[in-house]
Amino acid sequence: MRELRYIDDVSSLVLDKDKCIGCSLCTEVCPHSVFEMRNQRAHLVDFNACMECGACVTNCPTEAIVVNPGVG
Amino acid sequence: MDIPEKLNVNDPTPNNTSFSTDGVFIRNSMKEIASCRSGEDDNFLAGNEKPGYSLCSYVKGFINTPIGPVPVIKTKLEKDDLFSTFYVRCGIRRHRYKVSPGLFAIGNPDMDSEVLVTANFKLTFDMLRKELDGINAWILVIDTKGVNVWCAAAKGTFSTRELVKRIKGNYLESIVNHKRIIVPQLGAIGVSARDVKKQSGFRVIYGPIRASDIRAFLKNDKKVERQMRQVTFTMYERFILTPIEIQTILKPALITAIALLLLGGIGPGIFSFSGALQRGGVSILAFAAGIFSGAFVTPMLLPFIPSREFALKGIIVGSIVALLPVLIATSTVSGIAGYLALFLFSITISSYLAMNFTGATPFTSPSGVEKEMKQYIPVQLTSLVISFGLWIYSAF
Repeated sequence: MRELRYIDDVSSLVLDKDKCIGCSLCTEVCPHSVFEMRNQRAHLVDFNACMECGACVTNCPTEAIVVNPGVG
Repeated sequence: MDIPEKLNVNDPTPNNTSFSTDGVFIRNSMKEIASCRSGEDDNFLAGNEKPGYSLCSYVKGFINTPIGPVPVIKTKLEKDDLFSTFYVRCGIRRHRYKVSPGLFAIGNPDMDSEVLVTANFKLTFDMLRKELDGINAWILVIDTKGVNVWCAAAKGTFSTRELVKRIKGNYLESIVNHKRIIVPQLGAIGVSARDVKKQSGFRVIYGPIRASDIRAFLKNDKKVERQMRQVTFTMYERFILTPIEIQTILKPALITAIALLLLGGIGPGIFSFSGALQRGGVSILAFAAGIFSGAFVTPMLLPFIPSREFALKGIIVGSIVALLPVLIATSTVSGIAGYLALFLFSITISSYLAMNFTGATPFTSPSGVEKEMKQYIPVQLTSLVISFGLWIYSAF
Protein backbone atom coordinates (compact mmCIF):
# COMPACT_ATOMS: atom_id res chain seq x y z
CA MET A 1 0.00 0.00 0.00
CA ARG A 2 2.78 2.40 -0.83
CA GLU A 3 0.51 4.25 -3.23
CA LEU A 4 -2.29 4.80 -0.73
CA ARG A 5 -1.26 6.61 2.45
CA TYR A 6 -3.45 8.32 4.99
CA ILE A 7 -2.74 11.24 7.31
CA ASP A 8 0.67 11.03 9.02
CA ASP A 9 1.46 11.27 12.73
CA VAL A 10 -2.03 10.48 14.03
CA SER A 11 -1.97 6.80 15.02
CA SER A 12 -2.24 6.00 18.73
CA LEU A 13 -0.03 2.93 18.32
CA VAL A 14 2.60 2.50 21.04
CA LEU A 15 5.12 -0.34 21.23
CA ASP A 16 6.93 -1.00 24.48
CA LYS A 17 10.15 -2.65 23.28
CA ASP A 18 11.11 -3.71 26.80
CA LYS A 19 8.01 -5.90 27.09
CA CYS A 20 8.53 -7.55 23.68
CA ILE A 21 9.55 -11.21 23.89
CA GLY A 22 10.15 -11.54 20.15
CA CYS A 23 7.27 -13.90 19.27
CA SER A 24 6.80 -12.02 15.96
CA LEU A 25 3.01 -12.47 15.95
CA CYS A 26 2.56 -8.72 15.37
CA THR A 27 4.49 -8.97 12.11
CA GLU A 28 2.18 -11.81 11.07
CA VAL A 29 -1.16 -10.16 11.83
CA CYS A 30 -0.50 -6.55 10.79
CA PRO A 31 -2.17 -5.87 7.41
CA HIS A 32 0.18 -2.95 6.67
CA SER A 33 3.59 -4.38 7.64
CA VAL A 34 4.04 -1.79 10.37
CA PHE A 35 6.35 -4.11 12.35
CA GLU A 36 9.56 -5.88 11.53
CA MET A 37 11.73 -8.18 13.61
CA ARG A 38 15.25 -6.89 14.32
CA ASN A 39 17.54 -8.63 16.78
CA GLN A 40 14.59 -10.71 17.95
CA ARG A 41 12.56 -7.69 18.95
CA ALA A 42 9.64 -6.06 17.16
CA HIS A 43 10.37 -2.65 15.67
CA LEU A 44 8.05 -0.05 14.22
CA VAL A 45 9.23 0.33 10.65
CA ASP A 46 6.20 2.06 9.13
CA PHE A 47 4.33 3.82 11.90
CA ASN A 48 2.30 6.02 9.54
CA ALA A 49 0.83 3.01 7.76
CA CYS A 50 -0.96 1.97 10.98
CA MET A 51 -4.77 2.02 10.67
CA GLU A 52 -5.31 1.18 14.35
CA CYS A 53 -7.14 -2.08 13.60
CA GLY A 54 -5.81 -3.63 16.81
CA ALA A 55 -4.86 -7.07 15.48
CA CYS A 56 -1.38 -6.73 17.02
CA VAL A 57 -2.84 -5.73 20.39
CA THR A 58 -5.21 -8.73 20.47
CA ASN A 59 -2.38 -11.14 19.67
CA CYS A 60 0.54 -9.70 21.64
CA PRO A 61 1.18 -12.15 24.51
CA THR A 62 2.84 -9.58 26.77
CA GLU A 63 0.66 -6.51 26.20
CA ALA A 64 3.64 -4.72 24.73
CA ILE A 65 1.46 -2.98 22.14
CA VAL A 66 -1.29 -0.44 22.79
CA VAL A 67 -3.67 1.13 20.28
CA ASN A 68 -6.26 3.53 21.54
CA PRO A 69 -8.26 5.36 18.90
CA GLY A 70 -10.45 7.98 20.53
CA VAL A 71 -13.70 7.26 18.69
CA GLY A 72 -15.20 3.90 17.71
CA MET B 1 -37.86 -16.52 -4.32
CA ASP B 2 -38.27 -16.53 -0.57
CA ILE B 3 -35.13 -16.80 1.47
CA PRO B 4 -35.47 -20.04 3.35
CA GLU B 5 -35.41 -20.03 7.11
CA LYS B 6 -32.21 -21.30 8.58
CA LEU B 7 -32.34 -24.42 10.63
CA ASN B 8 -30.85 -24.05 14.04
CA VAL B 9 -28.17 -26.59 14.76
CA ASN B 10 -26.19 -24.93 17.47
CA ASP B 11 -24.81 -27.81 19.36
CA PRO B 12 -24.66 -30.97 17.33
CA THR B 13 -23.61 -34.15 19.10
CA PRO B 14 -21.96 -37.25 17.66
CA ASN B 15 -24.14 -40.08 16.35
CA ASN B 16 -26.97 -37.65 15.93
CA THR B 17 -28.50 -37.25 12.51
CA SER B 18 -28.68 -33.50 12.99
CA PHE B 19 -25.15 -33.39 11.57
CA SER B 20 -26.36 -33.72 8.06
CA THR B 21 -28.31 -30.51 8.46
CA ASP B 22 -25.21 -28.36 8.14
CA GLY B 23 -25.55 -27.04 4.63
CA VAL B 24 -29.22 -27.89 4.44
CA PHE B 25 -31.94 -25.30 4.68
CA ILE B 26 -35.49 -25.77 5.78
CA ARG B 27 -38.04 -24.55 3.27
CA ASN B 28 -41.17 -22.61 3.99
CA SER B 29 -43.48 -24.72 1.93
CA MET B 30 -43.71 -28.12 0.32
CA LYS B 31 -44.17 -26.51 -3.07
CA GLU B 32 -40.66 -25.12 -3.03
CA ILE B 33 -39.18 -28.47 -2.15
CA ALA B 34 -40.83 -30.06 -5.15
CA SER B 35 -39.60 -27.34 -7.48
CA CYS B 36 -36.02 -26.89 -6.39
CA ARG B 37 -34.71 -30.43 -6.40
CA SER B 38 -33.81 -32.45 -9.43
CA GLY B 39 -33.69 -36.20 -9.53
CA GLU B 40 -30.08 -36.60 -10.65
CA ASP B 41 -28.66 -35.46 -7.32
CA ASP B 42 -30.56 -38.04 -5.33
CA ASN B 43 -27.85 -40.69 -5.32
CA PHE B 44 -25.48 -38.81 -3.03
CA LEU B 45 -28.35 -37.64 -0.90
CA ALA B 46 -29.25 -41.24 -0.13
CA GLY B 47 -29.41 -41.63 3.59
CA ASN B 48 -29.13 -37.89 4.13
CA GLU B 49 -32.60 -36.97 3.02
CA LYS B 50 -34.85 -35.40 5.59
CA PRO B 51 -38.50 -34.57 5.09
CA GLY B 52 -39.03 -30.83 4.92
CA TYR B 53 -35.39 -30.01 4.03
CA SER B 54 -33.74 -29.32 0.74
CA LEU B 55 -30.11 -29.19 -0.25
CA CYS B 56 -28.13 -25.96 -0.61
CA SER B 57 -27.03 -25.44 -4.18
CA TYR B 58 -23.35 -25.29 -3.17
CA VAL B 59 -23.40 -28.77 -1.59
CA LYS B 60 -22.05 -31.50 -3.84
CA GLY B 61 -22.53 -34.47 -1.55
CA PHE B 62 -21.65 -35.79 1.85
CA ILE B 63 -18.57 -37.40 3.32
CA ASN B 64 -18.75 -39.80 6.21
CA THR B 65 -16.71 -38.91 9.27
CA PRO B 66 -16.49 -40.29 12.81
CA ILE B 67 -18.96 -37.62 13.82
CA GLY B 68 -21.46 -38.19 11.01
CA PRO B 69 -21.90 -37.03 7.42
CA VAL B 70 -20.32 -33.67 6.56
CA PRO B 71 -21.40 -31.73 3.45
CA VAL B 72 -18.87 -31.55 0.63
CA ILE B 73 -19.02 -28.20 -1.13
CA LYS B 74 -18.55 -27.30 -4.76
CA THR B 75 -15.51 -25.31 -5.83
CA LYS B 76 -17.19 -23.82 -8.87
CA LEU B 77 -19.57 -20.93 -8.53
CA GLU B 78 -22.81 -21.27 -10.41
CA LYS B 79 -25.05 -18.76 -12.11
CA ASP B 80 -27.13 -18.25 -8.97
CA ASP B 81 -24.03 -17.52 -6.87
CA LEU B 82 -22.83 -14.93 -9.36
CA PHE B 83 -26.23 -13.25 -9.64
CA SER B 84 -26.50 -13.12 -5.88
CA THR B 85 -23.00 -11.64 -5.63
CA PHE B 86 -24.10 -8.90 -8.00
CA TYR B 87 -27.24 -8.22 -5.93
CA VAL B 88 -25.30 -8.14 -2.67
CA ARG B 89 -22.73 -5.72 -4.12
CA CYS B 90 -25.64 -3.45 -5.00
CA GLY B 91 -26.98 -3.68 -1.48
CA ILE B 92 -29.92 -5.94 -2.23
CA ARG B 93 -30.69 -8.58 0.43
CA ARG B 94 -27.23 -7.93 1.76
CA HIS B 95 -28.03 -8.66 5.37
CA ARG B 96 -29.62 -12.02 4.72
CA TYR B 97 -26.83 -13.57 2.75
CA LYS B 98 -25.62 -16.25 5.10
CA VAL B 99 -24.30 -19.78 5.16
CA SER B 100 -25.26 -21.92 8.12
CA PRO B 101 -22.17 -22.26 10.32
CA GLY B 102 -20.54 -25.65 10.82
CA LEU B 103 -18.07 -28.04 9.27
CA PHE B 104 -17.79 -28.53 5.52
CA ALA B 105 -15.45 -30.55 3.32
CA ILE B 106 -13.62 -29.56 0.14
CA GLY B 107 -12.49 -32.40 -2.14
CA ASN B 108 -11.82 -35.56 -0.20
CA PRO B 109 -10.19 -34.56 3.09
CA ASP B 110 -8.87 -37.00 5.68
CA MET B 111 -7.51 -36.90 9.23
CA ASP B 112 -4.33 -35.11 8.08
CA SER B 113 -6.04 -32.40 6.02
CA GLU B 114 -5.86 -28.76 7.03
CA VAL B 115 -8.79 -26.93 8.58
CA LEU B 116 -9.57 -23.53 7.09
CA VAL B 117 -11.68 -21.18 9.16
CA THR B 118 -13.99 -18.65 7.54
CA ALA B 119 -16.99 -16.40 8.16
CA ASN B 120 -20.58 -17.27 7.32
CA PHE B 121 -21.12 -14.40 4.87
CA LYS B 122 -22.01 -16.20 1.64
CA LEU B 123 -19.79 -13.86 -0.42
CA THR B 124 -16.79 -14.73 1.78
CA PHE B 125 -17.66 -18.43 1.64
CA ASP B 126 -17.91 -18.27 -2.18
CA MET B 127 -14.61 -16.43 -2.55
CA LEU B 128 -12.91 -19.10 -0.47
CA ARG B 129 -14.41 -22.20 -2.10
CA LYS B 130 -13.82 -21.03 -5.65
CA GLU B 131 -10.07 -20.92 -4.92
CA LEU B 132 -9.91 -24.45 -3.58
CA ASP B 133 -10.44 -26.59 -6.66
CA GLY B 134 -8.39 -29.77 -6.38
CA ILE B 135 -7.52 -29.17 -2.73
CA ASN B 136 -8.59 -31.49 0.07
CA ALA B 137 -9.42 -29.59 3.23
CA TRP B 138 -11.95 -29.02 5.96
CA ILE B 139 -13.76 -25.71 6.14
CA LEU B 140 -14.96 -24.53 9.53
CA VAL B 141 -17.55 -21.81 9.02
CA ILE B 142 -18.08 -19.81 12.17
CA ASP B 143 -21.11 -17.67 12.89
CA THR B 144 -20.32 -14.03 12.13
CA LYS B 145 -23.97 -13.10 11.55
CA GLY B 146 -23.41 -12.97 7.80
CA VAL B 147 -20.58 -10.43 7.98
CA ASN B 148 -17.16 -10.73 6.29
CA VAL B 149 -14.06 -11.79 8.26
CA TRP B 150 -12.48 -8.36 8.76
CA CYS B 151 -15.60 -6.44 9.73
CA ALA B 152 -16.80 -9.30 11.91
CA ALA B 153 -13.43 -9.46 13.68
CA ALA B 154 -13.61 -5.72 14.36
CA LYS B 155 -17.18 -6.07 15.58
CA GLY B 156 -16.32 -9.02 17.80
CA THR B 157 -18.36 -11.77 16.13
CA PHE B 158 -15.32 -13.37 14.48
CA SER B 159 -13.85 -13.99 17.90
CA THR B 160 -11.82 -16.31 20.09
CA ARG B 161 -15.02 -17.34 21.82
CA GLU B 162 -16.96 -18.16 18.66
CA LEU B 163 -14.00 -20.00 17.16
CA VAL B 164 -13.46 -22.13 20.27
CA LYS B 165 -17.18 -22.86 20.42
CA ARG B 166 -17.19 -24.12 16.81
CA ILE B 167 -14.00 -26.17 17.28
CA LYS B 168 -15.60 -27.93 20.23
CA GLY B 169 -19.15 -28.03 18.86
CA ASN B 170 -18.01 -29.71 15.64
CA TYR B 171 -15.69 -32.16 17.44
CA LEU B 172 -12.70 -31.10 15.41
CA GLU B 173 -10.42 -33.29 17.52
CA SER B 174 -12.31 -36.32 16.14
CA ILE B 175 -12.09 -35.10 12.56
CA VAL B 176 -8.35 -34.41 12.31
CA ASN B 177 -5.41 -35.97 14.12
CA HIS B 178 -3.37 -32.74 14.24
CA LYS B 179 -3.97 -29.61 16.28
CA ARG B 180 -3.75 -26.83 13.73
CA ILE B 181 -6.32 -24.47 12.30
CA ILE B 182 -5.72 -21.90 9.60
CA VAL B 183 -7.39 -18.59 10.37
CA PRO B 184 -7.48 -15.77 7.80
CA GLN B 185 -5.04 -13.05 8.85
CA LEU B 186 -7.71 -10.36 8.95
CA GLY B 187 -9.52 -12.38 11.63
CA ALA B 188 -6.65 -11.59 13.99
CA ILE B 189 -8.35 -8.43 15.27
CA GLY B 190 -10.90 -10.61 17.00
CA VAL B 191 -8.91 -13.79 17.62
CA SER B 192 -6.15 -14.26 20.13
CA ALA B 193 -4.05 -17.21 18.97
CA ARG B 194 -2.83 -17.76 22.51
CA ASP B 195 -6.34 -17.91 24.00
CA VAL B 196 -7.59 -20.27 21.29
CA LYS B 197 -4.71 -22.62 22.07
CA LYS B 198 -5.40 -22.40 25.79
CA GLN B 199 -9.13 -23.01 25.44
CA SER B 200 -9.25 -25.58 22.63
CA GLY B 201 -5.77 -27.05 22.26
CA PHE B 202 -5.68 -25.97 18.62
CA ARG B 203 -2.80 -23.82 17.37
CA VAL B 204 -3.82 -20.92 15.17
CA ILE B 205 -1.81 -20.39 12.00
CA TYR B 206 -2.57 -17.06 10.40
CA GLY B 207 -3.07 -17.69 6.71
CA PRO B 208 -2.97 -15.15 3.91
CA ILE B 209 -5.42 -12.24 3.68
CA ARG B 210 -6.79 -13.20 0.27
CA ALA B 211 -8.38 -16.55 -0.54
CA SER B 212 -6.58 -16.45 -3.88
CA ASP B 213 -3.25 -16.89 -2.04
CA ILE B 214 -4.31 -20.02 -0.15
CA ARG B 215 -3.17 -22.46 -2.81
CA ALA B 216 0.35 -20.96 -2.83
CA PHE B 217 0.32 -20.82 0.98
CA LEU B 218 -0.55 -24.52 1.31
CA LYS B 219 2.02 -25.51 -1.32
CA ASN B 220 4.70 -23.38 0.33
CA ASP B 221 4.54 -25.39 3.58
CA LYS B 222 2.12 -22.87 5.11
CA LYS B 223 4.54 -19.98 4.81
CA VAL B 224 3.07 -16.59 4.08
CA GLU B 225 4.91 -14.26 1.73
CA ARG B 226 5.11 -10.60 2.69
CA GLN B 227 2.74 -9.46 -0.05
CA MET B 228 0.12 -11.97 1.16
CA ARG B 229 0.19 -10.18 4.52
CA GLN B 230 -0.62 -6.74 3.14
CA VAL B 231 -4.07 -5.49 2.24
CA THR B 232 -4.54 -3.91 -1.15
CA PHE B 233 -7.09 -1.44 -2.41
CA THR B 234 -6.93 -1.73 -6.16
CA MET B 235 -9.15 0.19 -8.54
CA TYR B 236 -11.34 -2.90 -8.95
CA GLU B 237 -11.60 -3.31 -5.17
CA ARG B 238 -12.62 0.33 -4.89
CA PHE B 239 -15.05 0.07 -7.79
CA ILE B 240 -17.08 -2.80 -6.32
CA LEU B 241 -17.64 -0.75 -3.16
CA THR B 242 -19.13 2.25 -4.95
CA PRO B 243 -22.65 0.85 -5.58
CA ILE B 244 -23.10 0.45 -1.82
CA GLU B 245 -21.83 4.00 -1.23
CA ILE B 246 -24.50 5.35 -3.56
CA GLN B 247 -27.21 2.94 -2.42
CA THR B 248 -26.88 3.94 1.25
CA ILE B 249 -27.39 7.64 0.47
CA LEU B 250 -30.25 7.05 -1.98
CA LYS B 251 -33.04 7.83 0.48
CA PRO B 252 -31.61 11.06 1.97
CA ALA B 253 -30.63 12.07 -1.57
CA LEU B 254 -34.22 11.75 -2.80
CA ILE B 255 -35.49 13.82 0.11
CA THR B 256 -32.82 16.46 -0.61
CA ALA B 257 -33.82 16.49 -4.29
CA ILE B 258 -37.45 17.23 -3.37
CA ALA B 259 -36.31 20.01 -1.05
CA LEU B 260 -34.17 21.43 -3.88
CA LEU B 261 -37.19 21.47 -6.21
CA LEU B 262 -39.24 23.40 -3.64
CA LEU B 263 -36.32 25.75 -2.99
CA GLY B 264 -35.99 26.38 -6.71
CA GLY B 265 -39.58 27.62 -6.83
CA ILE B 266 -38.91 30.45 -4.38
CA GLY B 267 -38.55 33.76 -6.16
CA PRO B 268 -40.02 37.22 -6.69
CA GLY B 269 -43.49 35.75 -7.16
CA ILE B 270 -43.21 33.88 -3.81
CA PHE B 271 -43.41 30.51 -5.55
CA SER B 272 -43.41 29.54 -9.19
CA PHE B 273 -43.68 26.10 -10.73
CA SER B 274 -41.53 26.97 -13.70
CA GLY B 275 -38.90 28.20 -11.24
CA ALA B 276 -39.14 24.94 -9.34
CA LEU B 277 -38.55 23.01 -12.52
CA GLN B 278 -35.79 25.20 -13.94
CA ARG B 279 -33.88 26.45 -10.90
CA GLY B 280 -34.77 23.31 -8.94
CA GLY B 281 -33.64 21.23 -11.88
CA VAL B 282 -30.18 22.77 -12.13
CA SER B 283 -29.66 22.58 -8.38
CA ILE B 284 -30.51 18.86 -8.50
CA LEU B 285 -27.98 18.56 -11.30
CA ALA B 286 -25.34 20.22 -9.10
CA PHE B 287 -26.32 17.86 -6.30
CA ALA B 288 -26.06 14.80 -8.57
CA ALA B 289 -22.65 16.00 -9.79
CA GLY B 290 -21.52 16.24 -6.15
CA ILE B 291 -22.70 12.69 -5.45
CA PHE B 292 -21.03 11.38 -8.60
CA SER B 293 -17.80 13.14 -7.70
CA GLY B 294 -17.71 12.22 -3.99
CA ALA B 295 -19.11 8.70 -4.07
CA PHE B 296 -17.76 7.48 -7.39
CA VAL B 297 -14.98 9.51 -9.04
CA THR B 298 -13.04 10.23 -5.84
CA PRO B 299 -13.06 6.57 -4.65
CA MET B 300 -12.08 5.37 -8.11
CA LEU B 301 -9.20 7.83 -8.59
CA LEU B 302 -8.20 7.80 -4.91
CA PRO B 303 -4.41 7.35 -5.20
CA PHE B 304 -4.11 9.81 -8.05
CA ILE B 305 -5.80 12.76 -6.33
CA PRO B 306 -3.44 15.05 -4.40
CA SER B 307 -3.75 15.39 -0.58
CA ARG B 308 -4.09 12.79 2.16
CA GLU B 309 -7.40 14.07 3.52
CA PHE B 310 -10.41 12.55 1.81
CA ALA B 311 -12.47 15.71 2.35
CA LEU B 312 -9.87 17.71 0.42
CA LYS B 313 -9.71 15.05 -2.31
CA GLY B 314 -13.49 15.49 -2.60
CA ILE B 315 -13.09 19.26 -2.94
CA ILE B 316 -10.45 18.90 -5.64
CA VAL B 317 -12.41 16.42 -7.76
CA GLY B 318 -15.67 18.22 -6.93
CA SER B 319 -14.45 21.55 -8.31
CA ILE B 320 -13.80 19.95 -11.68
CA VAL B 321 -16.99 17.92 -11.84
CA ALA B 322 -19.06 20.91 -10.61
CA LEU B 323 -18.15 22.88 -13.74
CA LEU B 324 -20.59 20.78 -15.72
CA PRO B 325 -23.80 21.75 -13.85
CA VAL B 326 -22.60 25.38 -13.71
CA LEU B 327 -22.15 25.43 -17.50
CA ILE B 328 -25.59 23.90 -18.00
CA ALA B 329 -27.06 26.43 -15.56
CA THR B 330 -26.00 29.38 -17.72
CA SER B 331 -29.23 28.95 -19.68
CA THR B 332 -31.50 29.11 -16.62
CA VAL B 333 -29.59 31.01 -13.95
CA SER B 334 -28.16 34.46 -14.49
CA GLY B 335 -25.67 36.23 -12.30
CA ILE B 336 -22.48 35.19 -10.61
CA ALA B 337 -24.22 34.55 -7.26
CA GLY B 338 -26.26 31.71 -8.72
CA TYR B 339 -23.28 30.04 -10.35
CA LEU B 340 -21.24 30.37 -7.21
CA ALA B 341 -24.09 28.88 -5.15
CA LEU B 342 -24.30 25.82 -7.41
CA PHE B 343 -20.54 25.44 -7.54
CA LEU B 344 -20.10 25.59 -3.75
CA PHE B 345 -23.04 23.27 -3.14
CA SER B 346 -21.74 20.62 -5.51
CA ILE B 347 -18.23 20.75 -4.05
CA THR B 348 -19.54 20.51 -0.49
CA ILE B 349 -21.56 17.38 -1.30
CA SER B 350 -18.50 15.89 -3.00
CA SER B 351 -16.25 16.68 -0.04
CA TYR B 352 -18.68 15.24 2.49
CA LEU B 353 -19.23 11.99 0.57
CA ALA B 354 -15.52 11.57 -0.11
CA MET B 355 -14.91 11.92 3.63
CA ASN B 356 -17.62 9.35 4.20
CA PHE B 357 -15.66 6.89 2.07
CA THR B 358 -12.95 6.70 4.75
CA GLY B 359 -15.29 4.21 6.43
CA ALA B 360 -14.97 1.81 3.49
CA THR B 361 -11.21 1.80 2.98
CA PRO B 362 -8.71 -0.65 4.47
CA PHE B 363 -6.06 1.93 5.39
CA THR B 364 -7.66 4.88 7.21
CA SER B 365 -7.04 5.11 10.95
CA PRO B 366 -9.92 6.25 13.19
CA SER B 367 -7.61 8.87 14.70
CA GLY B 368 -6.95 10.28 11.25
CA VAL B 369 -10.65 10.30 10.37
CA GLU B 370 -11.41 12.13 13.60
CA LYS B 371 -8.77 14.75 12.84
CA GLU B 372 -10.08 15.19 9.32
CA MET B 373 -13.69 15.52 10.45
CA LYS B 374 -12.83 18.13 13.07
CA GLN B 375 -11.07 20.09 10.39
CA TYR B 376 -13.47 19.78 7.48
CA ILE B 377 -17.01 19.52 8.87
CA PRO B 378 -16.95 23.23 9.87
CA VAL B 379 -15.67 24.08 6.38
CA GLN B 380 -18.42 22.02 4.75
CA LEU B 381 -21.14 23.57 6.94
CA THR B 382 -19.93 27.11 6.25
CA SER B 383 -19.80 26.43 2.54
CA LEU B 384 -23.34 25.00 2.63
CA VAL B 385 -24.71 28.06 4.44
CA ILE B 386 -22.99 30.49 2.02
CA SER B 387 -24.25 28.47 -0.93
CA PHE B 388 -27.80 28.57 0.43
CA GLY B 389 -27.63 32.33 0.99
CA LEU B 390 -26.28 32.98 -2.51
CA TRP B 391 -28.94 30.74 -4.05
CA ILE B 392 -31.81 32.57 -2.38
CA TYR B 393 -30.21 35.93 -3.20
CA SER B 394 -29.80 34.94 -6.85
CA ALA B 395 -33.52 34.18 -7.16
CA PHE B 396 -34.51 37.81 -6.67
